[in-house]
Amino acid sequence: MTLNPLNIILFGVVLLLAVGFYGLLITRNLIKIVLVLQILVKAVVLALVLAGKASGNLGLGQSIAATVIVADTIVAVVALALAVQVRRRAGTLDIARISTLQG
Amino acid sequence: MIENFYYLFLSLVAGFCAYRAMISKQLLPSALYLACVSALVSVMLYMLGAHEVAVIELSVGAGLVTVLLVYALSVIGDDTYDPTSIIPKPLAFLLVAATALLVGWMAYPLVSQPAANGEVLLANVLWKQRALDVWVQVALIFSGVMGVLGLLSEKTHPQEIHPHETQAAAEGEAIAVQIEREIHV
Repeated sequence: MTLNPLNIILFGVVLLLAVGFYGLLITRNLIKIVLVLQILVKAVVLALVLAGKASGNLGLGQSIAATVIVADTIVAVVALALAVQVRRRAGTLDIARISTLQG
Repeated sequence: MIENFYYLFLSLVAGFCAYRAMISKQLLPSALYLACVSALVSVMLYMLGAHEVAVIELSVGAGLVTVLLVYALSVIGDDTYDPTSIIPKPLAFLLVAATALLVGWMAYPLVSQPAANGEVLLANVLWKQRALDVWVQVALIFSGVMGVLGLLSEKTHPQEIHPHETQAAAEGEAIAVQIEREIHV
């Protein structure tokens, strides 16, 4: 098992992905879900650049990572706007209490 | 060797900040820990040679998103309500551990070989090979502007009138009608 910088960054990517997935599974606060999604996307951006570096095409990895960053920012903005409106109308940020899909 | 230590240190601190952002009871410290994660990821991106993306990540991830989060918290208040999770935590931990092991096992062979050479400029890729992405980003930014307008709007809707306000208005109308009748009598 060789230890090079790419392996260590892969460890960091897996660590961030694990924290993000765990947070996504256990949290019920709408704002915190947006925040955990941000952690997941940071791991994905790092993974994309890592893949570009490993395959010798860093420019392609960077361009896709930039697209992901823009899309993620828009998702965060729209989700925060929705969270603010939900809080104003429903008075709570708990996703279990605002759900209308219960049987 | 020292480079490996830097990467390991940055990865561990980023993971710690991400964990603190996830478990923090209050949302404002969570937003600040998220900004720390973004800054550390930017440093790692810069050390990998992705200078442009590192700058974008630092300005957007650690700057714009943090400002938006803090603004949203200032509008709705720092909600410290932390309900219990729907899924049992041990089950979530097992699922996450299995997923992380699977991702690491699948991705390890791809990064264990030495990095190949043959760099291509980001500008060439972005403007020649991935020009469609640029137009998609323009459309997304327009959507983001609409989202910011939604975040900033404070227009009240008819459904938002509280029941006690409507009750008070009805009582006022009833009193006015009664006074009018007494005057006629």
